[in-house]
Amino acid sequence: MTDDHADGTAWGEPDPVAAPAGAKAAVTPADAADAARLVAFGLQPKLGPARDQEYAELLRRYRDDPPFARLADAVAAGLGLVVLEVSPRAGMAVTAAEDSVFAVRMGDYARRASADAGDRFLHGLAHLAVAAMAFPRPEDLADDAYIGRVTVNGVDAFVRQACRRLEERAAEQGENTDPASDAPGLEAAWRIWARRSATGATKDARRLAGSTTGIVGKAVAFLTDSGFLQRTGDDSGGTYRTTARYQLQVRDMAGGAAMAELLELGIVPVSDGTASLLPPEDSDDLELVADAGLPFHS
Amino acid sequence: MDTVPPQLSAGPRPAPGPAADEGLARRLRALACTAPLHDLDARKANLAGEYSVYGMAEVALAAIDLVTLNMDFDTGADHEQIVSRLIPRIAAQAPQRPTAEHERVARWVLENLINVGSVDRGFRAVYGTFAPDGSYVRRDYDFKLIEEVPGYGGAVYLRTTDEAVNVLVGALDTDVTSAQIAAEVKLEVLINRGRLADAQLAAEQARYRTVQYSETLRRALEATRRNVRAVDWLNAVPDMIAEALDHVADRYRHENAILTNIRRARDESEDPEHKRRAAELVDIVKDCIRRHTQLQSRLLEAGPLFRAEQDRQAFAAPAARAGLDLYGQLVAPVLPLPLEQALRVTDAYFARGTGLRTPVSVRVADLVDILLTPPMEREHLGAEMPEPDLIATPDDSRFSEEQLASAMELLDLPSDAPRRLSGLLAEARRRDPDLPYLVALLAVHAASPPVGTAYRQGEQKLLFAVDDGTELDDPEFGGADLIVGTALLDAAGMAADRTEAA
Repeated sequence: MTDDHADGTAWGEPDPVAAPAGAKAAVTPADAADAARLVAFGLQPKLGPARDQEYAELLRRYRDDPPFARLADAVAAGLGLVVLEVSPRAGMAVTAAEDSVFAVRMGDYARRASADAGDRFLHGLAHLAVAAMAFPRPEDLADDAYIGRVTVNGVDAFVRQACRRLEERAAEQGENTDPASDAPGLEAAWRIWARRSATGATKDARRLAGSTTGIVGKAVAFLTDSGFLQRTGDDSGGTYRTTARYQLQVRDMAGGAAMAELLELGIVPVSDGTASLLPPEDSDDLELVADAGLPFHS
Repeated sequence: MDTVPPQLSAGPRPAPGPAADEGLARRLRALACTAPLHDLDARKANLAGEYSVYGMAEVALAAIDLVTLNMDFDTGADHEQIVSRLIPRIAAQAPQRPTAEHERVARWVLENLINVGSVDRGFRAVYGTFAPDGSYVRRDYDFKLIEEVPGYGGAVYLRTTDEAVNVLVGALDTDVTSAQIAAEVKLEVLINRGRLADAQLAAEQARYRTVQYSETLRRALEATRRNVRAVDWLNAVPDMIAEALDHVADRYRHENAILTNIRRARDESEDPEHKRRAAELVDIVKDCIRRHTQLQSRLLEAGPLFRAEQDRQAFAAPAARAGLDLYGQLVAPVLPLPLEQALRVTDAYFARGTGLRTPVSVRVADLVDILLTPPMEREHLGAEMPEPDLIATPDDSRFSEEQLASAMELLDLPSDAPRRLSGLLAEARRRDPDLPYLVALLAVHAASPPVGTAYRQGEQKLLFAVDDGTELDDPEFGGADLIVGTALLDAAGMAADRTEAA
């Protein structure tokens, strides 16, 4: 028995033999320290496993040693973190659970946003638009090997174009979209983006913070700090490419949460609004909706 | 029964209904667009200083004019350039005032047209309409006159908005294409009847329309470039490009015909005033043609770009699982929602899409250290520059400065009295045996005078040489006995031309 056991660990077959052995052995403080160390690496999102040997070593241990993996997961959960993926490409990809001390709050992110609903919306939409621009097709978000590219001016122009379409459609239908003066909350969301100027001259040649390119610029800079984007150049207001972590975050956390909120509002996406933007590949969209389990039948 | 019976005694409905009201709303919005211009004249009294001599609305309209005409396909008009071109008009309004004040007025007007003070950098007007149920609703109309757009390399450019172009051209709420055709037909009729003064006005209007039209197309192309799937690549886009190309071809033919007509009018006309106006008209139509050509090259580029994007996106291996369509399922449905509802979705996305931040905590011990650390002394002057070791290079010029001055003095001929090269050479030889070489060299250069350079630099006069077939009889030189003279140039006229062309 003992011989078998020794052979098993030596050959790196973890599951059948090592797991019961690990369960018998008590968790040592050193194991807990290593698990916490791995989570600490995960809290430095800009640090890649390829650049730190200890990090890579701990990731290997997470993969090969299930009790250690459970320990690391428990440490993360106790800190208020959600583990998205643990892999050599993404590292220990953790993100903040709701109400965790690590969560980002809108009030800390942009001071004006807490007072002004319009500004809060613009900042939120900027983040959503950056993701939509980085992963323009459903396939891109699903494909682990895909690397998206975004530019600040590109994101702004793309949202503006969408707003323009809505404006044109409203004009075609003869709607008066000018909001009532006493009910600003009922103003159509697209008008808020369309109304805000795209850029503006400032005294010190920096981007005007309140302009839409300024808001998008803030979003991409923040995402870069979160280890979600990497800056690749200065063209078009700054060009960026996505990281594996960003894809995981959008796919597994943010996208679903926003979708759930939208469904709660009684809006089932993929309606005539989408069809106007994705006309030829209708079949793809239908398949996608079926897989996503949405209550949608045309 | 809770329901209230219809109030028959309430009297007639206060409004004839939303259909009739719509026209009124449109006119109210059009009226609102002119308000910022009137406002400028009303507010100039509040400026520190005596500014009532300036016609601010006039300056503002001129500014919108300039921005519209200098808007390029790619970017827009340059802020500083607009200011410097506005100054002559402002200076004409109050010539005795200092230039710094003129510049201040130009900047004040431009900043107010952008409305720098507001966070949206736009204007808002409030107007009222009757809703379908007869209730009176006050609405906000937001608009911009000049907007700032990002250009190449992070620069900020100015563009006039559709509202501004419409206010400026005076044709409120009209269809772009038909208005352009109408303007050009009008121009043709005017030219045929020889009424050039009106023709110029119509040509300028046609140019505004051209700019507006290319702007519309630029936006459409920009959108198609961004995402192949965002447009109907099978029918709509090729149709749109084909239509636009037809349009360009049509306008091109049309404007060339006009150009031929005006050129004839220009060349045949006896009246110098007519001649001048026709010449200006030629420039305007040429500018229209240039803009159309630019548009056409953009249209031709669109096809290959589509094919490349199509290859990249459509022929890749399909993914194993379906993902979320971020645009189609999130962005597109959120945008039309009322702000209150859209906020819930974007807030949910923001809360989970931004990742994590490790909270910063400060230890009191560190705080004390940080607060007590003296600020870093900054080096203002940088490293010391080494004293450069200069070596005098030998002067190996063929001719000295004095010789050049002497030759130039010799060639400084009165404009009405050109001279033979032989005479000049003989005179030069009397002054200095080496001088004839320099004079001959300058005379040969003058046979092909640098007209373009003189034009650009606004020279007053230009040395030229002409060969009339006479043989040169000289002991040292052979060839033609050139006639050397000075031509006077119309520097003021050329300067005006240059500003017009730019």
